[in-house]
This record gives sequence, structure tokens and C-alpha cells, in this order.
Amino acid sequence: MLKIDGVNVSFKSERQEKLFGTSRKQVLFDISLDIPKGKCLGILGESGSGKSTLGRVICGLLKPDSGDIYINGNSVYGSKIGKKELRNKLSVVFQDYTTSANPRFKVKDIISEGIAVKERKTGQKIDRLAEVTKMLEIVGLSGDYINRYPHELSGGQLQRVCIARAVACNSDIILFDEAISSLDAHTQVQIMELLIKLKENLNLTYIFITHDLTSITYLCDDVLFLYRGRVTEHIPVSEISKTKDLYAKKLLSSIIEF
Amino acid sequence: MSVVLDLKNVSVKLDDKVIVENSSFTVRKGECLGILGESGSGKSMTVKAVLGLLDKNFETSGVAIFNGENLLNKSKESLRNIRGKDITMVLQNPMTCFDPLYRIGNQMAETFKTHTNWSNEEIYKNSLDILNRMKIRDGEEVLKKYPHQISGGMLQRIMIGIAMAMKPKLLIADEPTTAIDAITQYEIMQEFQKIKEEHETAMIFITHDLGAVSLIADDIVVMNNGKIVERGDFNHIIHNSKDSYTRLLVEKRISVMKKYREVVYREEV
Repeated sequence: MLKIDGVNVSFKSERQEKLFGTSRKQVLFDISLDIPKGKCLGILGESGSGKSTLGRVICGLLKPDSGDIYINGNSVYGSKIGKKELRNKLSVVFQDYTTSANPRFKVKDIISEGIAVKERKTGQKIDRLAEVTKMLEIVGLSGDYINRYPHELSGGQLQRVCIARAVACNSDIILFDEAISSLDAHTQVQIMELLIKLKENLNLTYIFITHDLTSITYLCDDVLFLYRGRVTEHIPVSEISKTKDLYAKKLLSSIIEF
Repeated sequence: MSVVLDLKNVSVKLDDKVIVENSSFTVRKGECLGILGESGSGKSMTVKAVLGLLDKNFETSGVAIFNGENLLNKSKESLRNIRGKDITMVLQNPMTCFDPLYRIGNQMAETFKTHTNWSNEEIYKNSLDILNRMKIRDGEEVLKKYPHQISGGMLQRIMIGIAMAMKPKLLIADEPTTAIDAITQYEIMQEFQKIKEEHETAMIFITHDLGAVSLIADDIVVMNNGKIVERGDFNHIIHNSKDSYTRLLVEKRISVMKKYREVVYREEV
């Protein structure tokens, strides 16, 4: 459904070595992969490995130096149709929930934005209030929250609202960029449980960017290891114990078990 | 073992809102107390109240006995002398704990200048020594660097180094591994375990991660909504706790670990 083909990305180098002109630092090297429908792909790597950059390329926010993304066969950065298709099909939940919800909007307004997208896509009028309540119910919040502002919610609740907004768009693919890493341990699990349920009910495709191995094993079907901008391994989660990737091995040995 | 810190019925109030309610626990020499709870449960507040780090708007009551003295009615000046020498703290986000305008070496020297009467050369030698002990390579280079030039894990290790340098009686770690990636997290936990074994320092370890607490804590208190809802050793918390909130914490963690084991050790199970 989503195809990433030979993506290279570089940024202006932080350290200016030449007096004139700029040197560039490459952060992603020739990344190609397929994401089939209904699967959950986990992207794992240490900080600075390029996972978030890859995420930005996937959601159409960052044009790669070379290579392209294809959604259902349409090029995203090469054609307007592809870009439109991507915007219709993909929604994102970012790491920092406090900045991704407008502090002046009530919860119902935040989720209504997602519903507006759905209305535009389907061309039908939707009863906003009923839909908002339904979405809140899906993410496990009661209808009492619709008139609250973001600052009146806890981190976990607000992140759920952001997920509700992403789901309300009626997208097929949802990208989570470290979406749950900053929450409390048990809230993380609650949200993952919710995501699994949503995925089964709505046949969604997930791209899950994280540095936490236990949430990958909990949620994902496939896992992609990124190290310094290169894919070192792309395997089903069930084979994770046989990994040859050094970083992955190190991660496996650093999990605290009891 | 001798009692290092003894808290009795410590409460913190802001206006009329009770933030911490009747918190009591003891920390003994060479032992580690884990404080477990979600964000906003009052775990940091309890510790901050004891150290006198809260401003005037907060009203604290109760008794916190350290070295035979009640910390809660000591003057700001004497508390400042205790902090950094007898009680030290490692905080959650290393990036914001260092002054971005000072070099690492200067920041380390600041602590020594306050609490010892070492000469500049001694300070320099001891700083290098600390970096060595924390397994940071090129110590001389690192001392010249600014905080933004080194990684979070390294800063956190430097902070632990500074905290341990004065050989404190009590080390308080407030979510020291939360802001750090998994591998560094593990290394830092090993650092803490080493400290506990080698120096017999009493420790308070604040976290929301059951995994981290399982490695280091001898005793655990669980906090929810400002109250201590459960206490006991790790086995007790995992298997026999009756409090529903604690059970929720434990069950969620266990379900993740169960899935993890299923996936990783498939052949072996």
C-alpha cells in the first residue's frame, strides 16, 4: 500500500567547514521498503538514527534529495495526485502532544478538525457532536470531556484526544512518531491496548516509531532497525531474537526483565 | 542498618489543595527506597518538600529527621549546606540541569568550591577522576565542553558523578532514566547499582518504571493522588499487593513483558 523507494535525505551541516558554500550531512541513506495494508511496522533506532526524519518523509513533510514515496502506486513527491492521496490516507500522531493540540480549542473542536477532513473526503454531512462522542468512546474517554481545554487534561488523556483526531480523519494509515514514549508506563500499555483494538476493528495500517523494544514486541508485526541513517535489518517481530544487528542485540540485552 | 532519613506524616498543601498527604517512610544506610507512581502523584513533591526546594506558597507539615535534625524547620541557609554535601540529587532531564553558558569543568568546580577548600589543581584532578570513574573517555576534552556539545546520557553520568563526589549520606534520584534511550538507561542503572554496592549510600529512587525499580530498590512505596497506597519489597508489590491502583500498574507491565517473552524466546517457551 505504501512504498518507500530509495530515499536519501541530507541536511545542511551544522559545522561550517568551508568559508563559502555549505557542506551537507546525509541522514538517510537509500531507504527502500514496503508497508502492506493492515500491518504494523515498527521503526526502531537510537536517537539521531534518522527515525523521525524518515517519519517526516513518509508523511509528506520533507522532500527527499532523491527517491520517492508511492501510495497505491502514485508518486507522492512527483505528482499532485499522489500527494493528495497521501493526505487523504495518512494521519499522524506526534510525540509532543502539548504542542500538537491548539490550546484555545476545546476537545470537541480538536476532534472536529479531523471530522471535517472526513466530511471533505466523503462529501457527506456528519453530525459533529455525535461523531465526537463516538470517537472519544473509541479511545476510552467519556463524553464529559468534550467541553474541556487541553490544559485541563492529563498527558495520557490529551494524547488519546490526538489519537481520536487521527482516527476521525478516516485514514487508512496512522503514523506514530514516539507518540507514547513520554507517558507513564501503564498509560503506555493502555494506549497500546487501545491501538490494537482499533487496528482490528478498522483494519488500519500503523507505522510506529519508537526506541522502546517492549512496545514493538507488544504492537508490531514487522520491525525495521535504523542505524546512522541506514536500514540494518527489516524482519518480522517474531524473528527478533535471531537478529544479527548489533544495536538490536544491545537493545535486547538491556531490557530489564523480571 | 542505621536510619538515614525518617519521614513522619509529611503533608504538602498549596492553598487548600492537598498535594501530599501524610507521607511516612524511612531510608536506611546502604538501602534503596523506590517511590513508584504516575505523573502528578506527588512523588517528586514529597522529596522536594523535604529538601526545602518548594517556594513559600506551599505549606509543609510533619517531621523529616535527617542526622537527628528535623529538615522541615531548618533555615534556608543551613538546608543549602546540607544539599549538595550530605544529600545530593540527580534530576530527570540532564539537558536542563546544567547551565548552558558554563563549561562542564566550571560547573563541576562550583560544587567543590562550595563544599570543600580544595585548591584549583585539586579540583581539576578530582573532576578528571570523577569522569574516569563514570567511564567517560577524554576527560580533559569533556571538561572544556559546553552541555549542548555532549549527549544526554553522558550529562546524566556526569551529574551522577557530581552527586557522588561529595560522598553523600543520601542520594535522591528523581526519574533519572526517563528522558534517556533504552541502552543508556541500562548503563545508568548499572551505575546506580554499583554506587549502592560500593559506597553503601542510602538512596531514594523515584520512577514510574517497574523495571528500573526491580533492579535497585529494596523497599518500594507506591503513591497515588498524593497518598502512599502500598508499601513492601518488590515481590510483595508484584504478587501480593491489594491496592487496586498498584495492581493496575503491575498487571500492565506484566502483560507487556509476557508478550515480549512470547516474541523473543519463542523457541524456548
